[in-house]
Amino acid sequence: MSKSRTKTIVKCKNLSKSFSGHTILNNINLTIPEGKIIGLLGRNGAGKSTLIKIINGLVTPSSGEILIDNQSVGIHSKNIISYLPERTYLDKTMTIRQSIKFFSEFYADFDPTKAEQLVQELNLDPDSRITKMSKGMQEKLQLILVMSRNAKLYILDEPLGGIDPATRDYILDTILSNFCAGSSVLISTHLIADIERILDEVIFIDQGKIVLEDSADNLRDQHHTSIDEIFRQTFKANIK
Amino acid sequence: MINFKFDSNRPIYIQLVEQLELYIISGKVPPGERLPSVRDLALAAKVNPNTMQRALTELEDLKLIYTERTNGKFVTTDRKRLQKHREKFATSKIQTFLAEMQSLGIDQPTILKILSKGGKKL
Repeated sequence: MSKSRTKTIVKCKNLSKSFSGHTILNNINLTIPEGKIIGLLGRNGAGKSTLIKIINGLVTPSSGEILIDNQSVGIHSKNIISYLPERTYLDKTMTIRQSIKFFSEFYADFDPTKAEQLVQELNLDPDSRITKMSKGMQEKLQLILVMSRNAKLYILDEPLGGIDPATRDYILDTILSNFCAGSSVLISTHLIADIERILDEVIFIDQGKIVLEDSADNLRDQHHTSIDEIFRQTFKANIK
Repeated sequence: MINFKFDSNRPIYIQLVEQLELYIISGKVPPGERLPSVRDLALAAKVNPNTMQRALTELEDLKLIYTERTNGKFVTTDRKRLQKHREKFATSKIQTFLAEMQSLGIDQPTILKILSKGGKKL
């Protein structure tokens, strides 16, 4: 668009990953710009989580290159990426207050005041133990902790899995109102209808390959239909 | 706060422009009134702030709103321009209506007859 050229926060070049003979990611070329909300959309087993784990340095690629903020994955990338994994890693014997303290000690960019405020808005008692909370509440707390960092890139792996529609709205609101201006959010999901409204860009991934990369409004404009419908049609054809 | 509704088959920013325009030309947001911040508007619509920004830029190009540096965005006080946009909006609604009537095979005299009775059955 018009103003300053958008900078890149993640760049993948010819990135591949195989596990014991199975190709999970096949020659991925991808750039993720700064200041955008991007949907990483694909069916189960498409390679979404593997790609996310590579960006987070939890899986090493078999070949190819990945740069985060122009540097290879390492201390710098961990400092600027706030990651919500598919499964919670919180120590459930902690209280909410303790988990906030834990995050403040761990991350320099963590804003405890913001986290406390968000917890208060949910009417949660900071001294209650995580193990005593419902699954939905645990997911909300995890998201609060992740979004209370002033990160350059937020990566949310399936933040909408297995939660009710009201919680879904809460999660979308929390993402929208808390990501820092100028930073990017990468959200992986197969529940497209629920999040497509907040996306700038979409990436379709299937069988380890990027099959489509475009702006959400461009796609709606060209196809006269929703991203959800484009997704269904793209992958219906591919199943055969 | 403004209530937004979306059709997921069309670009969001176009729908934002349409709905904000309607709020402005119908006077629901009066001339000279300050608009909420981009972030608050985006939250109200549950859309990405970038998309809201794009819609507001478009409204600014249409001169329906203007930016006062550091103060925010305001609805234009140019009443002539508002009237012009109201008429443009009405014309496009009438065109849609006429096209629909034409596809039903209802001719202009019949339409006028119905209109003259205030929309009641003939």
